Amino acid sequence: MDDFTLPELKLPGDIPKIACGSMAHSQPYSAAPDHQEALGFPGELVEDWHDKAIAKFGEILDRQRALKVYMDACVKCGACTDKCHYFLGTGDPKNMPVARQDLMRKIYRRYFTFAGKWFPWLVGAKDLTRDVLDEWYSYFHQCSQCRRCSVYCPYGIDTAEFSMAAREIMDHIGMGQKYCNEIIGKVHDIGNNLGLPQKALGATLEDLEEDIEEETGVAVRLPLDVQGADILLITPSADFFAEPHVDGLIGYAKVFHQAGVSWTISSKASEAANFAMFIGSHDQMGKIAERIRDAALELGVKRIIVGECGHAWRVAYNFWDTLVGPFDFLDPGYPIPQHICEFTYDLIEKGELNFDKSANDHMTLTFHDSCNVARASRMGDEPGGQFKIPRAVVKACCNNFVEMDADTIHENTFCCGGGGGLLTDDLIELRAKGASPRMGAFEQVAQDHGVTHMVAICAICKTQFSKIMPMYGYEMDNIVGVHQLVSNALILDGQITTEEEETVDG
Amino acid sequence: MDYNVNETTINADEEGYITDMGSWSKDLADTIAVTEKIDMSDDHWEVVNFLRDYYEEYQIAPAVRVLTKAIKKSLGPDKGNSKYLYELFPYGPAKQACKIAGLPKPTGCV
Repeated sequence: MDDFTLPELKLPGDIPKIACGSMAHSQPYSAAPDHQEALGFPGELVEDWHDKAIAKFGEILDRQRALKVYMDACVKCGACTDKCHYFLGTGDPKNMPVARQDLMRKIYRRYFTFAGKWFPWLVGAKDLTRDVLDEWYSYFHQCSQCRRCSVYCPYGIDTAEFSMAAREIMDHIGMGQKYCNEIIGKVHDIGNNLGLPQKALGATLEDLEEDIEEETGVAVRLPLDVQGADILLITPSADFFAEPHVDGLIGYAKVFHQAGVSWTISSKASEAANFAMFIGSHDQMGKIAERIRDAALELGVKRIIVGECGHAWRVAYNFWDTLVGPFDFLDPGYPIPQHICEFTYDLIEKGELNFDKSANDHMTLTFHDSCNVARASRMGDEPGGQFKIPRAVVKACCNNFVEMDADTIHENTFCCGGGGGLLTDDLIELRAKGASPRMGAFEQVAQDHGVTHMVAICAICKTQFSKIMPMYGYEMDNIVGVHQLVSNALILDGQITTEEEETVDG
Repeated sequence: MDYNVNETTINADEEGYITDMGSWSKDLADTIAVTEKIDMSDDHWEVVNFLRDYYEEYQIAPAVRVLTKAIKKSLGPDKGNSKYLYELFPYGPAKQACKIAGLPKPTGCV
């Protein structure tokens, strides 16, 4: 076990005692020079880092007017101070959103405002020193860009924009983070975050087909690189590799099979995730998104459906069109892009899917809203669809469902603690502590209502909780995916039922 | 974080994954296992050997599900489950076993 103490789980609304500097030591591994250079960033800290950082800061302020407004708008009202899961889990006051913002705001004032240029001591303006830079590296890698604080800010100041901008500046002076930058390089080289080559992907999919047929007696396909398929599924590569993610992939395949649609996965765009958002790089975000557009065009598909990945859905829903659009070659009769939950929900609404809900009776479930879906996007065609639709899918497949505390769900949801490019072993202390607000809300419904499992629609959330839940006394498989539940309960046409199996065996 | 095996230094990255896969040997695996506080049994070796064979064919470690299935075939159903694999490698059969097998760390949301 790593050398740190877990915080005691608190009820939603409880605030920890301040622990100044308690997370000052936390920082991720630095990106190696070759990972940096592959993305066009300097390999190591450049000599004129100060001037380059200020120049890049100015460039970002010109490009993103919202960031400039956020710099000026804060009135220090304090509404955000107890809203960040990393503050609640660590007590470190620099994890209060306003304090995190001020790490950057004090530099903004010094170099970009009249008062700060001439009277820095009057307005809290500070020089950009190496110490400040190191503090940036530490505390801007203690923000998962989940945007919970912005919900409570009366001005809507979005701390994620600060942390994205800070990381972009640091990348441009040679201070990149290993986890994100190595992964982005793999997407360019191999096609996905995992580094899963085409041959291995093909073998994995064939293996899953065998498993499904063995289990159900139905030949459900997981097609790869099928020219002319109607639907391209893009999904996080964790769905091809990790537990419980892969059960969700099986769920998508079963739904597509039952719907009778033609679909394919692409080996070129075998990744929905777009980690460039986490490092604030529009350039890289566009390049990664372009792979998906190119694959869709090359395969000649009519629709793109996105699997269970939180930030990928934000990128697809909000940014694809401006980054690499237009997507006018797709069928306008369907949402562009479409979320897998929307697809399944639509079939449920039409009565085209039959479920045996008792297949999930061994669980009492609660839904963890993933931050990027909850606060940065939508599903369906009415406000709140991103809350309603996944829950409707879950409830269609299970008998036992209980909500967590209202302050911790929907737009108030807590981050899992591993989002925003922090899902790495070198930040395990931060991840474990940052998960405590969500675990506290989970424990409350576990004790009061017998909830046993949490369900999520994000690969990061699933991996994070399977690692963190055992630390808090639960099992690693107490986290499940929405389409894992669908897979358990969906009755395929021609499927061997349990009774039939017993007859055959008997 | 380097390893010392038979008076030779083997380079590894900050997380303990060796940087040159060609420098792997069974002795090195034993050395890495010691730093991971793992006592290598025949079952541990069964997993490590499968990972290395799979990697040689596919240039990536197998999905946990694929590994589980393979171990089920070789060691029987009571050991072919992820619970047993986590007993063998508490930090995860993919990451920790890969480290001992001298393979790169699987990256991404895993």
